[in-house]
Amino acid sequence: MLKKIRVTLAIVSILLVTLLFVDFTGMAHVWFGWMAKIQFLPALLALNFGVIIALVVLTLLLGRIYCSVICPLGIMQDVFAYFGKKSKKNRYSYSPAKNILRYVLLAVMLFAILAGISSIVVLLAPYSAYGRIAQSLFAPVVAWINNLFATWAENHESYAFYSVDVWLRSGITLGVAIATLVILGFLAWRNGRTYCNTICPVGTLLGLLSKYSVFRLIIDTSKCNSCGLCARNCKAACINSKEHKIDYSRCVTCFDCINKCHKGAISYTFRKPKVKDEENETSEKRINESRRQFLTVTAAVATTAAINAQDKTVDGGLAVITDKKKPNRKTRIVPPGAKSIKNLTEHCTACQLCVASCPNGVLRPSTDLATLMQPESSYERGYCRPECTRCSEVCPAGAIVKIDRAEKSSIQIGHAVWVKENCVPLTDGVECGNCARHCPVGAIIMVASDPNNENSVKIPVVNTERCIGCGACENLCPSRPFSAIYVEGNERHHTV
Amino acid sequence: MNNINRRDFLKRLGLGASVTGLALTGCNTAGKKISASGTATAEIPEDQMTYRTNPKTGEKVSLLGYGCMRWPTLSGESGRDATDELDQDAINDLVDIALKHGVNYFDTSPAYCKGRSEHATGIALSRHPRDSYFIATKLSNFAPSTWSREASLDIYRNSLKELQTDYIDYMLLHGVGMGSGMEEFEKRYIDNGVLDFLMKEREEGRIRNLGFSYHGDVAVFDYLLSKHDEYKWDFVQIQLNYVDWKHAKEVNERNTNAEYLYGELAKRNIPAIIMEPLLGGRLSNVPDHIVARLKQREPERSVASWAFRYAGSHPDVLTVLSGMTYKEHLEDNLRSFCPLKPLTDDDNAFLYETADLMMQYPTVPCNDCKYCMPCPYGIDIPSILLHYNKCINEGNVPASTQSENYREARRAFLIGYDRSVPKLRQASHCIGCGQCAPHCPQSIDIPGELHRIDGVVEKLKRSEKLEVRSEKLEVRSKKY
Repeated sequence: MLKKIRVTLAIVSILLVTLLFVDFTGMAHVWFGWMAKIQFLPALLALNFGVIIALVVLTLLLGRIYCSVICPLGIMQDVFAYFGKKSKKNRYSYSPAKNILRYVLLAVMLFAILAGISSIVVLLAPYSAYGRIAQSLFAPVVAWINNLFATWAENHESYAFYSVDVWLRSGITLGVAIATLVILGFLAWRNGRTYCNTICPVGTLLGLLSKYSVFRLIIDTSKCNSCGLCARNCKAACINSKEHKIDYSRCVTCFDCINKCHKGAISYTFRKPKVKDEENETSEKRINESRRQFLTVTAAVATTAAINAQDKTVDGGLAVITDKKKPNRKTRIVPPGAKSIKNLTEHCTACQLCVASCPNGVLRPSTDLATLMQPESSYERGYCRPECTRCSEVCPAGAIVKIDRAEKSSIQIGHAVWVKENCVPLTDGVECGNCARHCPVGAIIMVASDPNNENSVKIPVVNTERCIGCGACENLCPSRPFSAIYVEGNERHHTV
Repeated sequence: MNNINRRDFLKRLGLGASVTGLALTGCNTAGKKISASGTATAEIPEDQMTYRTNPKTGEKVSLLGYGCMRWPTLSGESGRDATDELDQDAINDLVDIALKHGVNYFDTSPAYCKGRSEHATGIALSRHPRDSYFIATKLSNFAPSTWSREASLDIYRNSLKELQTDYIDYMLLHGVGMGSGMEEFEKRYIDNGVLDFLMKEREEGRIRNLGFSYHGDVAVFDYLLSKHDEYKWDFVQIQLNYVDWKHAKEVNERNTNAEYLYGELAKRNIPAIIMEPLLGGRLSNVPDHIVARLKQREPERSVASWAFRYAGSHPDVLTVLSGMTYKEHLEDNLRSFCPLKPLTDDDNAFLYETADLMMQYPTVPCNDCKYCMPCPYGIDIPSILLHYNKCINEGNVPASTQSENYREARRAFLIGYDRSVPKLRQASHCIGCGQCAPHCPQSIDIPGELHRIDGVVEKLKRSEKLEVRSEKLEVRSKKY
């Protein structure tokens, strides 16, 4: 019965989290956005005390239930393990805890968080690992299926579906996602929750708490005949059947063993509490630590990945349009709500939820080693539209804090820079002003290119005091492949 | 009259079957007729055409005139746009039907159907007695290369040849007021003595009526009328319809309200020939709410019939031209004029109100000729304009977020936009260089229209949040 509840909750949970990543309409977030916010590490980085306390209490009460029903990466491994067990029965066995490895990795994680080495945080974070898989691998499939429906709808004059662009945002992120899926899938197939109990820092941390959980699985030695069936079906490899002991730091309370035991010797019950509340304190302390000022590590090994997605080939009778290329920005652009590059780097777990939810093709994972897979903005495919605040709404980690439309219109995430050599009025001798026409804050003014001749062709000038860096000018500039006006990021966002 | 037609028709088909009556009359089994076809498809009488009298010659001209600028081609399209061969058999059929039902005025020009109209019209008409119809053609010396006297007279002589006749019933100076206005007019007809020549031809009977068709600069129109004593215009061709009556300037900056043009002619007793009674088709292909409005008033009349009856109801109109490509168009128009049931003052007020409504959401007069293409910056101009018009006509350009159908309309507009035009070719990328505008035969301010449409798109996109929020609120209120 307990197992059935666990499995049901887990399936619902992973489906909802996945929905967040594959739903491009933004509607899923309206109802289920909280599913991302209750993930442990993002909540920790967002200093979301309510969630952290709730998860700590949950773990102290029921054990690592979080790993079984909330963590999508854990549930994903269970899916692989399920099929692994189908192919070979009783495939697991007890193994002692690799405590040194676990605690070292936990320490590395804590250090990385404190030191702001985001690439390590990002690679170890379990929820984010799943997010990358969902965004890189599942979302395109959903989008393609949607596009099939959209074609159908178009043929039937229906507006029920609309087609969306499917494009490769970053080869590196895709590679990491595939590697994660393959490695974890393989490990889970063979040995169950190996990753969760040796590598995952969240698992290790919760394991420290679950040791003292109020409810736990207990082997009744009077009933047990030491057949070892429970141990051979424990995906966490935490049941020492010979000694009738369970390693509660590794048990993810999946309840599989209860059903396996023929003698009914295993039960999930209340135990005489010896727990002191000091555990709560330690976790609080940790939270406070994460607040400290971090060091920024500069590891600027810029790697260029081919991000250009292929566009539709042009039809006859229309002028050929070449794809835009990313300009050489000195400072990268991070979306409004991120506050500063530093804030984003420190809080982001690179789960790709913002990237998946960006409807304008602006956000994509960074390929820079120091900020690996964390989001950054670029305007080759679209621009940061004034009505959209989706990334700030979905971010569970406080890397992009929630803003409303009014706030957005006054946050200067960057400033436009004019490139004289590319400007169409000067190169083609025609009137343009498309940047000025589309600037949502009126920061671009068209002035005569020759100060002595009022009638000379007009060129844009940028009032940086007003510019918010949305990229409308850059995206809509007729100059290709490089725009004649582009946005340089502001390291810290200003307010108009 | 209509009722009689209907009765005759029913009798003839023997469909006077009786049915159980309406609920109101109870079980009355006598009197009520049922019909196997709609009244709107009833046979058109051949002897009911309304005629107007030419005050100079006393001849009777049918109130419906055949405009020969849209003869069908073999591919079934209008010869105005299509490049394939004109379908002479179909043209002959159309002419036969028209003549049979009393249409006797055929208006062509050396320029129509890419220069093929006079020839085809000549073939079709020459199969009938020359005195059973009137031919109108024009001296279409638009190109500067034809402004010389010789070139212009060649055009005239060629018209006589193509039309297989030795006299023209109605001869027009073509499109005075176009281009640079007065200056161009003088170059085309005065400096080279062509107008004098034509007046002479009129004296000698090879031209029976002389007039002009006017577009554009109203100064030329005023000038020519001020010289009426000298030129003695027998008729003038003007653009008149219920939108242009008061809104001509809003449709096209260079046009003049038909109210003024018609009034000036009526004052001088000059018969008016009406062109563009449908405003280039835009008074037949109208927004849904306009269709509903017109149809509600007379369910069995076509939308276009309102425009034709409107034009024909003006007493000083000699004939109303319609360029009919398809038999169905011809039949529908014949229904409007066989005979004409003149509009009442009430009807006119209703149409002016309709025009006001239409001007609130005007469509762009683009007919997809693609002369503006290719845009050097890759914009798909006609697709954008046509998508916009389609949305206007389907009522999918919401006036405000308060509009009843706001959400559906917004969705249809934006999704349809992405479907019709690839993102990179949408109006937001128009830089306003203006290279397209001079190529537009409709004088559409293309960059202006594209920027305006982009503004509509922008407005719709920016209200996205409202939409999502209101959905959310709805869900919430359902929950509690």
